Amino acid sequence: MTTKSWHTIVPKPRKNRYRWLILVALAALYVWAFSGIPFTGFKETAAQITKAIVTGILSPDWDFVYMPEGEDLLRGLLDTLAISILGTFVSIIIVIPFAFWSATNMSRSKAISGSGKIMLSFIRTFPEIIMAILFIKAVGPGSFAGVLALGLHSVGMLGKLFSDEIENIDRGPVEALVASGANRLQLLWFAVIPQVLPGFLSYTLYRFEINVRSATILGVIGAGGIGTPLIFALSSRNWDRVGIILLGIVVMITLIDAISGFIRKKLV
Amino acid sequence: MSANTELKRPKAPGRLKLYFTAALLLVLLWVSSVQTESSLSELIKGFPNMLDLLKEMFPPRWSYFHKIVDAMLDTIRMALVGTTIGAILAIPVALLCASNITAIKWITYPVRLVLNLVRTMPDLLLAAIFVAIFGLGPLPGIFALSVFSLGLVAKLTYEALETIEPGPLEAMTSVGANMTQRIVYGVMPQIQAHFISFTLYTFEINVRAAAILGLVGAGGIGHYYEVTLGFLEYDKTCVIILFTLAIVLLIDYASTKLREKLL
Repeated sequence: MTTKSWHTIVPKPRKNRYRWLILVALAALYVWAFSGIPFTGFKETAAQITKAIVTGILSPDWDFVYMPEGEDLLRGLLDTLAISILGTFVSIIIVIPFAFWSATNMSRSKAISGSGKIMLSFIRTFPEIIMAILFIKAVGPGSFAGVLALGLHSVGMLGKLFSDEIENIDRGPVEALVASGANRLQLLWFAVIPQVLPGFLSYTLYRFEINVRSATILGVIGAGGIGTPLIFALSSRNWDRVGIILLGIVVMITLIDAISGFIRKKLV
Repeated sequence: MSANTELKRPKAPGRLKLYFTAALLLVLLWVSSVQTESSLSELIKGFPNMLDLLKEMFPPRWSYFHKIVDAMLDTIRMALVGTTIGAILAIPVALLCASNITAIKWITYPVRLVLNLVRTMPDLLLAAIFVAIFGLGPLPGIFALSVFSLGLVAKLTYEALETIEPGPLEAMTSVGANMTQRIVYGVMPQIQAHFISFTLYTFEINVRAAAILGLVGAGGIGHYYEVTLGFLEYDKTCVIILFTLAIVLLIDYASTKLREKLL
């Protein structure tokens, strides 16, 4: 045992030799980024409009919450919820085969699962708004295009989470069933599904929370939901209405997050 | 004996709850499909349209590429500046939220509540509001991305802050360090790798977001979607989509590698 007296000076940890290089590169990056932004100052009306929006949020247009003749806040929010529920449902139907395809322990060769993983990351990088634009061209503007866009886009993330869940299952039950002569379908039903189901449900709820947020912006391009009246209110400078819609969105998302978080805690 | 074992066999768990949940889900789905006017027949009818669209998109018109390079660089700039502003603003907010640093409950809880409310706003909505305030251009886009990044980075950082080792902090308190010294020498060394990692992660998200902000007039490449789709030039749209995908994949790859090295 080496004795170390208390006044031995511990050497400082060595610093990265490329520290300066990294700093210079970062500085150059930021110079490039900031120099390209046309900073022309604000519009004179900016402060005025900000004030109008704040007063709009503080004195919302309560009449807009429910109007007997259509296109009100509640119907818009309901539409948004419906889009996200159905979109999540569509994605679950598509995602299950994808998840088993890209799970390494479910397919015989790495090439098969690898191709599935590449497919999933390709879908993930495709923004849902762009998908919605393409679906609008196919099925016409409206909520249905939003449902399809959310359904397809969610596949990317859910597929990755689901296949990770499948890869982490316990081999024991599978081996026991193989030993007693079960076929592949029985293996899936009695050994794999019971193990992955809670995880699947929890991830689905999590994705549902994200989808509710996404569904609120689909209206910007005409794919249904609360975004449409919001854009109209913004462009017609009806700030009281903007206020009530923002309030409605915040309340809905907070509520959904709370409920979904509660169920997810119970599941896992 | 056999009757006895028969008695002891455990009962299968009740299925009533399962059936009830399934029925509830079915009703929800049915109501949703009525509300959104979704139907499978509509999709099948629209399918040929989709194929036509794909046929018009290929082959992509590569000559359009040089026109959108500048817009793409703008998009990356917006994401970079927005993320940086948001991340810097997130530091004090995260410190105020963390209960082991700000030990006063009536500060941490209200700040967390405000943070949660900020995070409910999707970035495109923020951009639409900022466009209404500041007019068209990349500036409202940068503000929207800043606010969005502030919410995300602050949340991730304060959750990481609450799990840091209390030892160094206690040692510093016992030798009489003040608040600033505690944060600089006790908190920062423990959190900075996580913080940079969260910021990079937010940057990845912001690049994707910045690519579509142009749809509401907040600058970047998103504007060109409207231009090309409006003139039905789908082969040009295809170039934009492919270019965006390539940039996003590249930045994701670089950022993931960096984050792996950091942690």
